[in-house]
Amino acid sequence: MTQTPLELFGTESLIGDEDRAIRDTVRTFVDRRIRPELAGWFEAGEVPARELAKELGGLGLLGMHLEGYGCAGTSATAYGLACLELEAADSGIRSLVSVQGSLAMYAIWRWGTEEHKQEWLPRMAAGDAVGCFGLTEPDFGSNPAGMRTRARRDGDDWVLNGSKMWITNGSVADVAVVWAQTDPDAGARGIRGFVVPTDTPGFSAPAIKRKLSLRASVTSELVLEDVRLPGSAVMPEAIGLRGPLSCLDEARFGIVFGSLGAARDCLETAIAYTREREIFDKPLAAYQLSQAKLADMTLELGKGMLLALHLGRLKDEGRLRPEQVSLGKLNNVREAIAIARESRTLLGAAGITLEHPVLRHANNLESVLTYEGTSEVHQLVIGKVLTGEDAFR
Amino acid sequence: MKIMVAVKRVVDYAVKIRVKPDKTGVETTNVKMSMNPFCEIALEEALRIRESGLAKEVVAVSVGPAQCTDTLRTALAMGADRAVHVDAGMAHVQPLSVAKILRALVQAEQPGLLILGKQAIDDDCNQTGQMVAGLLQWPQGTFASKVVLDKEKQKATVEREVDGGIETICLDLPAVITTDLRLNQPRYATLPNIMKAKSKVIKKVTPEELNVELRPEIEIIQVTEPPKRKAGVILSSVDELIDKLKNEARVL
Repeated sequence: MTQTPLELFGTESLIGDEDRAIRDTVRTFVDRRIRPELAGWFEAGEVPARELAKELGGLGLLGMHLEGYGCAGTSATAYGLACLELEAADSGIRSLVSVQGSLAMYAIWRWGTEEHKQEWLPRMAAGDAVGCFGLTEPDFGSNPAGMRTRARRDGDDWVLNGSKMWITNGSVADVAVVWAQTDPDAGARGIRGFVVPTDTPGFSAPAIKRKLSLRASVTSELVLEDVRLPGSAVMPEAIGLRGPLSCLDEARFGIVFGSLGAARDCLETAIAYTREREIFDKPLAAYQLSQAKLADMTLELGKGMLLALHLGRLKDEGRLRPEQVSLGKLNNVREAIAIARESRTLLGAAGITLEHPVLRHANNLESVLTYEGTSEVHQLVIGKVLTGEDAFR
Repeated sequence: MKIMVAVKRVVDYAVKIRVKPDKTGVETTNVKMSMNPFCEIALEEALRIRESGLAKEVVAVSVGPAQCTDTLRTALAMGADRAVHVDAGMAHVQPLSVAKILRALVQAEQPGLLILGKQAIDDDCNQTGQMVAGLLQWPQGTFASKVVLDKEKQKATVEREVDGGIETICLDLPAVITTDLRLNQPRYATLPNIMKAKSKVIKKVTPEELNVELRPEIEIIQVTEPPKRKAGVILSSVDELIDKLKNEARVL
């Protein structure tokens, strides 16, 4: 009797009953509702984001680890496992949930006023309102402190001008959490966060087309032309980069698990395919080079899972530090993309169409590798902690 | 009114079934188990009846080993109010024994409706609902594709999927209903409900406490895989076809 890679590692025994029940319900939803549609969505470069948001909201998946305001209040580990199951289907689907829950909702939950929270969080938890997170700009990715989007005071109002780029959910969002520079001379300290209803005049969010990655996801530009907001739109205590970075830490945690989902899907596909495909009278799986690849990929998947579950436990104990999340993101995403690519080689020519998920996952993971902190940035985070030397510039 | 729903833990419908090498049964070690799909439909119907205000409580019950509590937790997570686990240990429980157990539970709980799946996907017996109705001397509406309750008149109108079409019958309550595929689409267990399920009660009882002796009436002699499908044959004429249909396939 064979075992799956994670059965071999025995990681199931590290997962509690409630977390497992949550994971299983997400997996069932994904298998029945999402998987059948994925290839079509990816090929068309379209996803019914608003419809999905309502369904995901109905399950309680949006902002699932937040307390209050209609959120489920699950453990961090459960959130991670949910991301894993979503991304086993597609990173684009998991991105929708990450951005909604960990970036947009978390920003409002953590930094918003009570009015912001009452206005937006229950609707976002239910999936009736979609949110996005505007930090990255066309010319500023790893260096958000240099952002050009400006917010100037005009009486009691704020007026925002600028553009953001690579914003998931942008074109379908009802609310955008936008980070803008209020005082260029103050450097990073001048950066503040604003809750921007997307129907505010001057705000537009054209979709980014012709992507080869995250095609089952809405990716947009945000354009702000003299967007006038009341004074109440600012999030009072989010001063400097602490605001946006705290949100990114939340989402990054989900990605530590999520990327393993994509990797698992690829590895399971490779195992199943090599057992069926025959070459020179025996299955591909019976050859030593195939087994070496599968064994090595299994090691990385299992190691990544152990790391993720360890970080989940730390987070649930309230002890997780951002540099530890960097460990998870750096390792798990780059190992996941390696697993996806290696799995593709085992599928041969069959691996290049949407009939199998491997190249779709590999393409998606290119974005996951870059967003939420590139591998290089996380190496520098870790390097600084190890050596005390800041090597970012 | 209280509704009792009987649910069974079976091999998950998506699993590729393998027969054990000793041919005594199918492989269940390390195999994914789930609530029987028809039982999910039964539970969903009970929940909808409660949500429409026609019932106060939904009680899920299951007969089997300790792991049945997983299935009952799923039932609670879907929305059942409480659960009863009849712990049969590792004994292989057969429909008549389950029916006797359900009779005992029904007599203790006094529900207005007992809803079950029409059959389990592991043994496909399609007997338990009918047997327990007989033991209780209750009316039964099996293969239900639609259920409408009249609380005032204490009746249930059930549309049944039968070979000839749809048969509509009217049952006096209390009654037994078994569910067919098209009755409803079961809900997912939502995250808030999964978390609420933690505090819901699963009561454990044994068959002995219910005065039921688990006596297998049927002995399984052998389980084998169905014969592998053979290749077809290309025929040269209609006469050859008729000859083969008459003398080999024996269908004419």
